[in-house]
Amino acid sequence: MYSNGKKKKEMKKDIILSGVGGQGILTITSVIGLAAMKSGLRLKQSEVHGMSQRGGDVQSHLRISDGTIFSDLIPMGECDIIISVEPMEALRYIPWLSKNGWVITNAVPFENISGYPPISDIISELEKIDNHIIIDAGEVASRINSPLSGNIVVLGAASPYLEVVSSSSLEDAIRLFFSTKGEDIVEKNILAFNEGKRISEAIIRSKK
Amino acid sequence: MNKLLLCNEAVAQAAIDAGVSGMYAYPGTPSTEIMEYFISSEEAAKKNIHRQWSSNEKTAVEAAIGMSYAGKRAMVAMKHVGLNVAADAFMNVAVTGVNGGLIVVVADDPSMHSSQNEQDSRFYARFANIPCYEPSNQQEAYDMVFDAFELSEKYRLPVLMRLVTRLAHSRAPIKFKTDKNHQKNITLPDDPMQYILLPANARKRNKILIENYEMVRFDNRLSKFNSFEDGKERRMGVIATGVAYNYLKENISSSENSCPILKISAYPFPKDIVLGIFSRCEEVIVLEDGYPFLEESLRGLLDNGRKIYGRMDGTVPRDGELNPNIVARALGISSNNYTPVPSVVKPRPPQFCKGCSHIDMYLALNEAMRQYGNGRVFADIGCYTLGALPPYKSISSTVDMGASITMAIGAADAGLVPSVAVIGDSTFTHSGMTGLLDAVIKKSPITVIISDNSTTAMTGGQKSQATGMLDKICLGLGVEPEHMRVIAPLPKHHEENVGILREEIAYNGVSVIISRRECIQTAKRKRR
Repeated sequence: MYSNGKKKKEMKKDIILSGVGGQGILTITSVIGLAAMKSGLRLKQSEVHGMSQRGGDVQSHLRISDGTIFSDLIPMGECDIIISVEPMEALRYIPWLSKNGWVITNAVPFENISGYPPISDIISELEKIDNHIIIDAGEVASRINSPLSGNIVVLGAASPYLEVVSSSSLEDAIRLFFSTKGEDIVEKNILAFNEGKRISEAIIRSKK
Repeated sequence: MNKLLLCNEAVAQAAIDAGVSGMYAYPGTPSTEIMEYFISSEEAAKKNIHRQWSSNEKTAVEAAIGMSYAGKRAMVAMKHVGLNVAADAFMNVAVTGVNGGLIVVVADDPSMHSSQNEQDSRFYARFANIPCYEPSNQQEAYDMVFDAFELSEKYRLPVLMRLVTRLAHSRAPIKFKTDKNHQKNITLPDDPMQYILLPANARKRNKILIENYEMVRFDNRLSKFNSFEDGKERRMGVIATGVAYNYLKENISSSENSCPILKISAYPFPKDIVLGIFSRCEEVIVLEDGYPFLEESLRGLLDNGRKIYGRMDGTVPRDGELNPNIVARALGISSNNYTPVPSVVKPRPPQFCKGCSHIDMYLALNEAMRQYGNGRVFADIGCYTLGALPPYKSISSTVDMGASITMAIGAADAGLVPSVAVIGDSTFTHSGMTGLLDAVIKKSPITVIISDNSTTAMTGGQKSQATGMLDKICLGLGVEPEHMRVIAPLPKHHEENVGILREEIAYNGVSVIISRRECIQTAKRKRR
């Protein structure tokens, strides 16, 4: 009856952020959100609060555009980037991923359920996706002596694909977000971000 | 100024900007962040706005009624099922009417992300004969609060604002109003009889309420949030309420294929606006995130008029929340192809945190109850409801706040002895104390375990009303001191705790066991 006459927007990124409750999904969502707002873009940021935050699967829909954003939820098949702090959780949102969409995920599983599948099965599913970056954020975070910054490492790895927000605006947002926690925490997270970004860029170069 | 806020936070900031003097609430997903914003707001502190958690939603609404009685603006917030607890106060303040503006914010949870049912609070507003705002986005919610307070004061009616999870928990940049209102001074009601609902007066007040409800629908402060957009494609029109409007526009946003759209975000409304869309279109589809509230009233009992599509004929699923894809299907728009979830992905339900005190309580309880068999433990609402899941499988019920104790009483009345109740500290002071009094008076052979983690944990660790006072409360309600035991749920005390539980479960009377250890999340936050 109706044709889907939606015009493709000039500047638009629909992002799903995923992981397990307590892994800092809302933190990286907020950092990107802050950066988008400072860049003068519109955004809607749908979060999961409540029961799932107790070790359940948690996701956040972040929509950024220079035009009007109506739905708080991303339609299935229209997500540009899945950013996941946990590899199985990245796969949970595959139905939302667009044909040319990217998946950027941590490789380190969070095994808090019985029957967690073999990590090799998960990785091989992830590798079936045309555009993917899989990064060992846990290793990076402990190497830079900031074990709680795995989420920010993944954010750094995703930063080259965010396009609508620049790396420098993301860094500013990290500084703002962690400002109340002291200079040391801020600098560690900036380092985590840049390490994630560097590794991700190296993966891109090696693929070319 | 633009600030990135959750819709819940936008509502709170709007109330601050609109000159509210008192904010009242009991935590409940998805409404909790409204009060949390007030508590952490420096502006609210500077303005000395009263903002403290209440014991439950009923005490919260009643305190707000008192604030309004004194002539000041008040807001009260709760989740949808909280309004059941507050229903007595809520229904009657519609009849007394208000003095200072009063907004009751209720966050519904379609699809039951964190709830026991998906009741639609628009029915409560209709039930009480009061206006209802149903914002479709965060900015609209912010703006509505100002109109809602003015409307409330003009018609002396309390006003309900209905949010849904997806809106309540979604962030967007909010443009604040620059002309902020000052708080009001104390002014008592003009009519000293207004709040005295003796039958003779209540009958008078009820007529005033019914008249006001008819009049208020024409007021611009309400009706401006309903809007009509004409379109070229006139075979079918769409009526979309609240957030359903967003999902509609997500699918039909260009003007070339537009159809007539009636957006409803405020109730009641004049009949004319609905007649308008029905006069243009042969058929109408109704999109609502919740029950088919509007659809049912449009169809009427006879349902023999114009063709109406919606949840009741299966065009839209009968239950569950809407999303852009469900709306696309209802409109006959083909969605993008998408890849299904790979089969390797396993469900990951919520679970107890590592080191949670409820775990040790359930392990001891399971052992103590083994000799009696399954089906005798009635639980309540909180993190400890997760004791239903493997490997614990400790509990047989979770119905409503406080029902653990009273269901145990009834089961014991039926002969199921022993019966055990498991209730959290915050749920106990919310709705468990009266049930415990019943048990004491009746000398019910039940054992009540208060799993006291000294916080309202499930909703994120808000203050639990009676931390440090539970022992005294139980004794004050008449629990025998020798059957009021306190245990420390830790692995090292397991054997000892099982022994205490066995003794008290065997006792043919009321015993209370307070299993006390701080929530692991609260403890972590304190260490930081």
